Amino acid sequence: MNQPNAFPNTFIWEQDIPGGCHWSGIVRRGTTLRLVDVAGGANAAVLFFNQEEKLERYNMADTLKCQHTFRLTKGHACHSDMGRVFCCITADTVGWHDTVCGLSDAELIRRKYGVARYREHRNQMFRSGLDGMLIELGKWGLGMRDVVSNINFFSKVTANASGELTFHPGNSKAGDHVDLAFAMDTLMVLSAAPHPLDPAPAYRPGAVSLAAYASRSAHSAHSVGSAPFAECASIPENARGLENTQRLYGCHGGEA
Amino acid sequence: MSAQNSPKRNSAESVTESLVESKLDPDTAVVDEICAAGEPWVKLLMQGQTFRIVDLEGNQAVDTLFYNATDSMERYSATDTIRCQKKLYLTTGSKLYSNLGNVMLTITADTCGRHDTLGGACAAESNTVRYGLEKFPMHSCRDNFLHALAHDPICERRGMSKRDLPSNINFFMNVPVSEDGGLDFVDGVSAPGKYVEMKAEMDVVVLISNCPQLNNPCNAYNPTPIRLLVWDEPNGMTFD
Repeated sequence: MNQPNAFPNTFIWEQDIPGGCHWSGIVRRGTTLRLVDVAGGANAAVLFFNQEEKLERYNMADTLKCQHTFRLTKGHACHSDMGRVFCCITADTVGWHDTVCGLSDAELIRRKYGVARYREHRNQMFRSGLDGMLIELGKWGLGMRDVVSNINFFSKVTANASGELTFHPGNSKAGDHVDLAFAMDTLMVLSAAPHPLDPAPAYRPGAVSLAAYASRSAHSAHSVGSAPFAECASIPENARGLENTQRLYGCHGGEA
Repeated sequence: MSAQNSPKRNSAESVTESLVESKLDPDTAVVDEICAAGEPWVKLLMQGQTFRIVDLEGNQAVDTLFYNATDSMERYSATDTIRCQKKLYLTTGSKLYSNLGNVMLTITADTCGRHDTLGGACAAESNTVRYGLEKFPMHSCRDNFLHALAHDPICERRGMSKRDLPSNINFFMNVPVSEDGGLDFVDGVSAPGKYVEMKAEMDVVVLISNCPQLNNPCNAYNPTPIRLLVWDEPNGMTFD
């Protein structure tokens, strides 16, 4: 994997998210966010919303069909339902991130792992992906209606010819990371509970850490086809999505 | 929905094994309507009723969503449907799950063999990304959905909006995924007269956009009408 110190940009902040826990925050365009699988086997369920208009949100279908892909990896963009790009995947030591299997919910966690409540287990209590997502969404006035098909960073699920799915344990190792270069001011919501198809018999979701950096050039973030978006923009659909994104910020983007 | 690039002929082997015909007679249907090419269609289905969509001229994508009739916050969920059955494609026997993990409908007959729930709906904005920035004014499935949400009394009464539009089903669309993670839009599964039939396991609102996509070689750039039928649950009495 790439050494974190090889990252060429300016460090801004970092945040540790223990396995099972959840986080949300604003990630501004011009920021590159590194998601790290701290101990291996983590799952980071993520949704993106336009910070200015939260009706605009990550769209699994548009992301997949615009890039003719079932998996997400370096060179792919995460598309909104309004023809724009939230972020481009600019580095990836994992190679495969799922975006079709959704979230674990309380019933699934109970059936698979049993019950571990706060009163006995304190912060080691069992949390579900959906419940973590709803708590974070609630902080921004969002809720169940805003839960759409999400990305499950670090998790790999393949389909055979008849469409039957296989979850691949061990897809992501300790220290693996994925970098997201943001082209939009984004509300990001993250839940680090187990992937819904993870067959592990014990509830041991992996921790995720976030590190935010200023992208290589603040100005280049406004410019389609230049770093850090150049690789993504080599897919014509992504170039058009980035062009639409640039229009959103045209009046104060300098280079727009 | 919509495909792009040159459509490929797909080996139909893997999709023909699940073909199941229905015994229901269209003459006994309580609803028998035609939805013209490129238009929306909304209907309330009661638990126990059977709903059939007929692809009258072949290879027409029918973008479809379902909502719990008593609480539209509960709605069809592509991810729940995929993960609960560990399967990407829909056909006879597939259950259509809600975002609360409940079965909304079960597919009971299917003469097509495979339906998509990954490809979503086409929209003015995604058309600009997929086909060209100048495509923005063209009619789209999301425009159909939004028109129905604004005008149809069934949707209007429930206060539904764009917020209530998640990933949908594309009946009659074939979007195969390869083992190495590729995704394609291919031709060759549906044909004139093919249909899919499903039984409502709860009272649901059906919201359809009969896809108006004109940039899509899969339908020969020619969106076509569909026929929609509903049967009441048989009361169990037989007279023969």
